[in-house]
Amino acid sequence: MAMASQMITANRLSDGMVVYFTAGKGWSETFAQGAVWNDKESAETALNESKESVKARIVVEPYLFDVAVTDAGPKPTSARERIRADHNPSVAPDQGSWTGRIPD
Amino acid sequence: MYRYDEFDATIVRERVEQFRGQVARRLAGELTEDQFRPLRLKNGLYLQLHAYMLRIAIPYGVLSSRQVRKLAYIARRYDRGFGHFTTRQNIQFHWPQLPEVPDILQHLADVEMHAIQTSGNCIRNVTADQFAGVAADEVEDPRIWAEIVRQWSTFHPEFSYLPRKFKIAVTGAQDDRAAIRTHDIGLRLVKNDAGETGFEVWVGGGLGRTPILAVRCRAFLPKQHLLSYLEAILRTYNLLGRRDNIYKARIKILVQATGGEKFAQMVEEEWEKIKDGPLHLPQAEVDRIHRYFAPPAYETLPDIDPAFETAKLEHPEFARWARVNLVKHQVPGYAIVNIALKSEGGVPGDASADQMDLLAEVADAFSLGEVRITHHQNVVLPYVRKRDLFALWQRLKPAKLATSNLGFISDIIACPGLDYCNLANARSIPVAQRLSRHFGDPRKLDEIGELRLNISGCINACGHHHVGHIGILGVDKQGQEFYQVTVGGSSKEDASLGKIVGAAFSEDDIVPAIDTIINTYLANRTDRSERFLDYVRRAGVDPFKEALYGSAPARRTAAE
Repeated sequence: MAMASQMITANRLSDGMVVYFTAGKGWSETFAQGAVWNDKESAETALNESKESVKARIVVEPYLFDVAVTDAGPKPTSARERIRADHNPSVAPDQGSWTGRIPD
Repeated sequence: MYRYDEFDATIVRERVEQFRGQVARRLAGELTEDQFRPLRLKNGLYLQLHAYMLRIAIPYGVLSSRQVRKLAYIARRYDRGFGHFTTRQNIQFHWPQLPEVPDILQHLADVEMHAIQTSGNCIRNVTADQFAGVAADEVEDPRIWAEIVRQWSTFHPEFSYLPRKFKIAVTGAQDDRAAIRTHDIGLRLVKNDAGETGFEVWVGGGLGRTPILAVRCRAFLPKQHLLSYLEAILRTYNLLGRRDNIYKARIKILVQATGGEKFAQMVEEEWEKIKDGPLHLPQAEVDRIHRYFAPPAYETLPDIDPAFETAKLEHPEFARWARVNLVKHQVPGYAIVNIALKSEGGVPGDASADQMDLLAEVADAFSLGEVRITHHQNVVLPYVRKRDLFALWQRLKPAKLATSNLGFISDIIACPGLDYCNLANARSIPVAQRLSRHFGDPRKLDEIGELRLNISGCINACGHHHVGHIGILGVDKQGQEFYQVTVGGSSKEDASLGKIVGAAFSEDDIVPAIDTIINTYLANRTDRSERFLDYVRRAGVDPFKEALYGSAPARRTAAE
């Protein structure tokens, strides 16, 4: 039986990239490395801790979102967070016009 | 085209440097996000789902080939190789990085472009009929007046902090291609009984959470009074519009609460005080702007070009494209060419950097170096000789720019939706892609006939779903994407708002539901001359309800 829990996400200040707050109070681009909180109190405490990174100009607007804890690990429960966790639109590049950023 | 004078150029360059300083201060920690947000938004920079998004103004949809090439360069150098043309004749880049945005704006300033008036509670980038200056049915070229409105509205000190954003659209023809009744102010150039040209002024339209069609505020406004009359409307709104509730702050709510006639009377009272003041337009200034939009040196050509006629006979696919995508030009021997950014399975409104370069190339080769962007998220070449059409089509086809579906069900308006947008509740693009494949067969398109299908990923209605003949609205139900369907909307001169057919459909059910709607229409229309919209207006929503839900909608799998 999946249990409703929460994780913390934000966008990185420099490039807007989606990041997740980790157990080590850092940020990771990888969803699986984000920490999971199973009760409201610890989630709120962590959210306050994550806001230090706003002052440090690392991220913008951190917030809590719901995940379902499954045998395969936490999964976002909303379509919005599933898409954010992929770091890309759900539109496959070969179907759209995305050709990728061309470096200098 | 209008060319910047020294004031325009200075304003835009200074703006870039101001924003460069603001970004530096943000990155250095001297500005908080709360302080920086309104500053970045005033420069068109949003923070979206995966990244920042930069929205760039294309005033009244007109671009030079030089500007298009610059957009292609920015797409390659600073983004991910593409841009997205929007329903407000803007272009958005979806992956810029904050420290580089001032450089992007600098590049834009080099080609007389910017991101001013693309966000915030100001008068936004003015939009217009994409066929301005070339349409056969035009009373007068609306670009002159759109440019005058642009100059008046940019950084207008009184209207920089309105209760809410404010959109103005201008058309010069009875056939409304600028959707004027869905705008805060819609302007239509008309002739009065004395044969003089002036404006019919519509006010209080808008889509979003509370869709309302504009009401006519004045039947005829002499042209020299345009700015004073607009100022009277804006001032009345600025003073009386609600600032306590963001959902009730648009002028449409004020006009509805006040009553159209009473509102018009208040505008007239204000206008009487200012109509002969400094905003009275001197003819010399109108003439000066007019010269920028003087018709090009057209060749004298026969209206029927033998080579064009022969090519149509020899190449049926070209003949279809010519039938569907060309519009009658003012000048014999010329055509207005529509290039649909709606390839089968493609993303509506997206153009890759390579496609943009090709558009610039064909604009130079065949259209006097000019393109237009439409609110239907397509591109227009306004000055193509009929004898060049086949060569043009051959250049467009390999680049997936020769789709022959203008005005058909696969010519879909779609917002970026939940694939990109922070406000969205559901994805728009994958639904558009699936529908464009489902209705990909040109014979099917011809059988269905004219049909506008618009998709919005949320209630803010950037995809204009309320005024689609078929509208699809993405909604969120416990974190899952569902799609509500409306029928019977129109953004044209016969504007109407669509009616909801019933409970929303799941992601899996939405394409079959649209198919059912189309089949219902095809089975019940009187004949081919009864368009989908005509049928809905005659038969109402009940035949669709019956076909979609049967007699007991509650038992259907569709969510409530």
